[in-house]
Amino acid sequence: MAARKPKASNVSADELTQFYRDMLLIRRFEEKAGQLYGMGLIGGFCHLYIGQEAVVVGLEAATEEGDKRITSYRDHGHMLACGMDPNGVMAELTGRIGGYSKGKGGSMHMFSAEKHFYGGHGIVGAQVPIGAGLAFADKYKDNGRVTFTYFGDGAANQGQVYETFNMAALWDLPVVFVIENNQYAMGTAMKRSTSTPDIYTRGEAFGIPGEAVDGMDVLAVKAAGEKAVAHCRAGKGPYILEVKTYRYRGHSMSDPAKYRTREEVQKMREERDPIDHVRDLLLTGKHATEDDLKAIDKEIKAIVNASADFSRESPEPPVDELYTDIYAEVS
Amino acid sequence: MENERKLTIARAMAEATAQEMRIDPSVFVMGEDIAELGGVFGNTRGLLEEFGKERVRDTPISETGFIGAAVGAAQDGMKPVVELMFVDFFGVCFDAIYNLMAKNTYFSGGKFNVPMVLMTSTGGGYSDAGQHSQCLYGSFAHLPGMKVVSPSNAYDAKGLMTAALRDPNPVIYMYHKGLQGMGWLGTEAGAIVHVPEESYEVEIGKAAIAREGRDVTIVSIAQGVHHGLKAADKLAEQGISAEVVDLRSLVPLDRDTIRASVAKTGRLIVVDEDYHSYGVSGEIIATVTESNMADLKAAPKRIAYPDVPIPFARVMEQHCLPNADKIVAAARDLCGAPVPA
Repeated sequence: MAARKPKASNVSADELTQFYRDMLLIRRFEEKAGQLYGMGLIGGFCHLYIGQEAVVVGLEAATEEGDKRITSYRDHGHMLACGMDPNGVMAELTGRIGGYSKGKGGSMHMFSAEKHFYGGHGIVGAQVPIGAGLAFADKYKDNGRVTFTYFGDGAANQGQVYETFNMAALWDLPVVFVIENNQYAMGTAMKRSTSTPDIYTRGEAFGIPGEAVDGMDVLAVKAAGEKAVAHCRAGKGPYILEVKTYRYRGHSMSDPAKYRTREEVQKMREERDPIDHVRDLLLTGKHATEDDLKAIDKEIKAIVNASADFSRESPEPPVDELYTDIYAEVS
Repeated sequence: MENERKLTIARAMAEATAQEMRIDPSVFVMGEDIAELGGVFGNTRGLLEEFGKERVRDTPISETGFIGAAVGAAQDGMKPVVELMFVDFFGVCFDAIYNLMAKNTYFSGGKFNVPMVLMTSTGGGYSDAGQHSQCLYGSFAHLPGMKVVSPSNAYDAKGLMTAALRDPNPVIYMYHKGLQGMGWLGTEAGAIVHVPEESYEVEIGKAAIAREGRDVTIVSIAQGVHHGLKAADKLAEQGISAEVVDLRSLVPLDRDTIRASVAKTGRLIVVDEDYHSYGVSGEIIATVTESNMADLKAAPKRIAYPDVPIPFARVMEQHCLPNADKIVAAARDLCGAPVPA
C-alpha cells in the first residue's frame, strides 16, 4: 500500500468526526486491554484490533438497524463499533460477572442480542457458516436484513468458507463476506500461505461478486460497504469485500511478532494509519481544530478509563454461575 | 387392538416433524437428500410435498457448512431440523456441533439459545464396515451443552421428536438404522408399534421400564433394548426374571431409574452397541457403583462393541455385535445359574 495524501471527499464534518471518535475508542480501548493484560488482569488469549479500526467503523456506517454482524476472536473492535457497552466488554476480558457473558466467554466469546452481534468465535473460520445461517433466517423471514460475516486472510484457507460460499450463492443469501486481510495468518505472511494475492477473486468460482478495498481508508471502506449491502438488500445474493488492512500488534498478546520487521510495522503506522488519515482530513478541511480533537481524545480516554475501572470493580463470578446457561430452561 | 396404528420409527419421526411444522413456521428441515429423496432412512418422507422446498431443503454435501448455518439460524429464532446422514460423518463437522451448537448458549451467558435438532443415523449389522456402522453414543453424550436421545420404538420416536422440536436446546436425535423399518437394513418387529395420531411428547431425560423383572437389570438404548427383551424372554423360560430399562435419553441420563432397578434386582448388565471402553456402558456402571455398591450381588457386566474398527465381513461383524444370546449367558453367570450343557 502506497503512502496516501489526505483527499477531500464527499463526507460531512459530522460523519468524519464520528469516524474519528469511533476509531479512537477502539484504539484506546485496545491499548488499555493490552495494559491490563500486561498487569495480569486479563488471562488467556487476547487479540487486539489496533491498526484495523477503519474496517469495522467504515462497514458499520453502511449498516441499518437490524443488520447483523458476526466475527472471529479478534472481536473487541466489532463490539465497540456496533454500540456495545465498553464496560461490559472490558469486564468480560477480566472475567467478571459484569461482562457480557458473565465471565464465561472471555475475549473470544461475547454476544449481544440487542446489537445483533452474534459473537465472538474462537475457531478459525467457524463463524462463517453461522453467518450464512443468520442470513438464511433473515431471508426466510423476508425482513430485508443483511448479515456482515467477518473473517481473516487466515480463515480464508479453511474449507468451510467455500462450503459456505457455495450455499450462500446457491440460496441467494443476504450476506456480506468481509475478509479482513491483515496480511498475516497468525505468523504466516500471505505470500507464504495463500495461493492468490487477491482472496476476493475466489468468489468468482461460486458466482459471488467481490472487490478489494483499502482498509486503511475508512471512507473507501464505507463506500464499498454501501455497495455490497445494496447488492444484498436487492436480493442479489452474497457479496465479498476483501478489506486490505494491517495489524500493528502480534496475533495475540503472547506473540512478539518476530516474523516481520519493526520497520515494516513502523512504515504502516507512519504512512497509513487510519486514524491519522481522518485526523488529517478533519484538520486540513478545517472541520475541526486541534483543540476540538483534544477534547474528543479526552472524552474517549474517560470512557476507556471508566471501562477499566468497571472491569476491576465488577465482582468475579460466583461458583454457582458455573452451572447456569449450559441448557436453557424448558418452558 | 382396535384402531391400532402401527408405524415404523421412520414414519413416526416424519409425522412428528410434520405436525410441528404445521403449527410452528420457524421449523424447517435441511440436510443431504432429505427433500426429493425423502431421507435415505425414510425419516423425512412426505415433508417436501406438504411444506415445499423453502422449508424442506436439500443441501450440498457440506456438513460443516450447513450444520454451522443451522446454528446461526437457530440463534436467530428459527428451529432447524438438520440431518447428518451417518453419525460416522461427524469427523468432518464436529466443530460446528460441539464447539458452536453446544457452547454458544453458555458462552453468551444465556443471551442466545440454540434450539435445533440434529438427526443422525447410527448402528450396523448390515455389513457396511467401519465408516457407516458406528453408534458413537458416548462421543456425543460426553460433551456438555447438548441433549442426546435415541428411541427404540415408534411411539418413543414420535414423542421424543416432538419434545426435541419444542426444546430450547440443541438435541442430538440418534436413530438406529436397524430400527427404521427400511427393508434393506433388516426389520425389527418390536420397533413397529402403535402410534397415536395426535401430537404428544415423551419427556427427554426419562427412561422407561420396557419389561419388569426381579433378578437382573438389563440397561440399554435403541437396538440394544430389543436384544434385551429377547434375552428376557429366553431367561424367563429358564426361571430368571429380567428387567429391561430403555434409557431413551443419554443426556440428561435418568440415573434414578437405573439405580432403582438395580436396587431391586441386585444385578446389572449394560448392553451398548458403541465401543466398549470410555463409553456409555462404563457410565451406567459408574452410576450404580458410585451410589449402590451395597445393592449389588455381583460385579456388573457389559456387552459392548469390542475396541476394534467395525469390520466388513458379516461373520466378523456379527461376532462383535451385542445379541440376546450374549445377554442370556451374562445373566445366567450373574445369577449363578449353571451353564447349560
